[in-house]
Amino acid sequence: MNVLDVKGLCASYRKNTVLNDVSFSIQPGSLTSIVGPNGAGKSTLIKALLGLHPSLSGSISFFGSPLKQVKTRVGYVPQRGSVDWDFPTNALDVVMMGMDGQIGWLKWPNKIHRQKALEALEKVGMAAYAQRQISELSGGQQQRVFLARALIQEADLYFMDEPLAGVDASTERAIMAILRQLKTEGKTVLVVHHDLQTVMDYFDHVLFLNRTVIAHGKTDSEFTAENIEKTYGGTIRWLKEGIGYANPIKQ
Amino acid sequence: MPILLSSNFQWVLLSTMLLGMASGFIGCLAYWKRQSLMSDALSHAALPGIVIAFMIFQEKNFFVLIVGAGLSALFGAFLIQTIKSSSRITEDTAMGMILAVFFGGGIVLLTMVNRSGNGNQAGLDSFIFGQAASMVEKDVTLMSLLALLIIFIVFLGFKEWKLFLFDPEFAKGLNLPLKGMNILYLSLLVLTIVIGIQAAGVILMSALIIIPPVSARYWTHSFKRMMWLSAIFGGGSGAIGTTISSLGSGWPTGPFIVTTSAVIFLISLFFGLKKGLVIEYLMLRNKKTEINQKLVEPFVAKEGKQ
Repeated sequence: MNVLDVKGLCASYRKNTVLNDVSFSIQPGSLTSIVGPNGAGKSTLIKALLGLHPSLSGSISFFGSPLKQVKTRVGYVPQRGSVDWDFPTNALDVVMMGMDGQIGWLKWPNKIHRQKALEALEKVGMAAYAQRQISELSGGQQQRVFLARALIQEADLYFMDEPLAGVDASTERAIMAILRQLKTEGKTVLVVHHDLQTVMDYFDHVLFLNRTVIAHGKTDSEFTAENIEKTYGGTIRWLKEGIGYANPIKQ
Repeated sequence: MPILLSSNFQWVLLSTMLLGMASGFIGCLAYWKRQSLMSDALSHAALPGIVIAFMIFQEKNFFVLIVGAGLSALFGAFLIQTIKSSSRITEDTAMGMILAVFFGGGIVLLTMVNRSGNGNQAGLDSFIFGQAASMVEKDVTLMSLLALLIIFIVFLGFKEWKLFLFDPEFAKGLNLPLKGMNILYLSLLVLTIVIGIQAAGVILMSALIIIPPVSARYWTHSFKRMMWLSAIFGGGSGAIGTTISSLGSGWPTGPFIVTTSAVIFLISLFFGLKKGLVIEYLMLRNKKTEINQKLVEPFVAKEGKQ
């Protein structure tokens, strides 16, 4: 059974259609990167799938069911810029938010929950910063906190919106190590990604998106110069130099 | 000052303190929802409802008047949302428009009622600047109970409010009923405003919601502590403002409450332990001397040896 089935999904902002007839399926245990130029609808796709942005038509099913029935099996790491980091709270607290559903509404977290949150921070290498005010964390650290908050949900399918944007090399390695770890645990991860240079190394599946699905499949077979050009248009000149995808540049 | 010892005054004092605490709580939610101005628009929008309720029932029954105020404020909120979602007009512009139009309309109605002059309307003016001393025991009880209800509801859902305010999209993923919480938040905001209108007045009620959380932010980096501090600052402003205004006859309550909370704000701005200007200056200065010493010391040591 597929983890995610999308058929004929359309979504728009006011007049502009952002997503048009998007259809694809995701297999369990895959690590997929969603790539495409700015404005291709990458973030909108994730939001539409998760019901955070209204979809105009199409059907979406998670694990063969509508999202509502399997919400606890789906985790989401939003873009770092989507929240106000001046909010008065610390790293541990943010991670605990990921457990709000498990703790139960209107109940207070107990020691076991705190312990679990600390372990999640440990996994992302942030245990030393548990009590740190979130506005005092660097961008990469904030991203790791978000990741820890998602890990603690113990979901089977994760959506991550640009988790590697604006983080340094060591954070990038740390985050990717966790994603691989998730994969070995049999979980499925979809990542909006902007760096073509690393697609080959980091992901086993790739989904080219520009308003609709241009190509989708195993990275080995689908991450080709042709598909990149189809997705990005003629803007990526290096392809024509015959170097192929081995020497890409940042978008 | 015998008035301070009268039991009526003490009840009023308790009720304005509870009102201030409820405002401090709700104000924190509004602050992090980036809707401080919303409370201002809503409290102004309440005025026509008060006057219309009076015109219909021809009596100054507190309960009737706050129902009118509440309906009017909710109608204002509805219009703000509609303008925002159905046109290119931004939320702050919509709020500015609704605020002015409703308040203007309210004053027009008030003038008409005053002209008609059957004597009953005397004191309706006090809703503009607030007159806590004019409240009778029944009003005080109702206001205190509603304030306690607001405090209780916000307190019960600390964890949920935090998630709702910090990251609503993530909250939605966790099945937190965002729509319901939005409605609850707006209802509590309107309720806080309308119960405070007689004590603080429509013009200044919003200050009691806006200023305490801002002051509280300077003292702490914890959401829970910020909520409690905001409640304490709000309650303190309410109590002190009421006390001062009751010292003179006919002194309005609202302005004294606001002035008190402004003083608390100034103290917080300068001396707040986490973000206050003094602490930031001292930390910067310490860092400077520390760095200077690090840079200078090696040279001094070398020179000492020679």
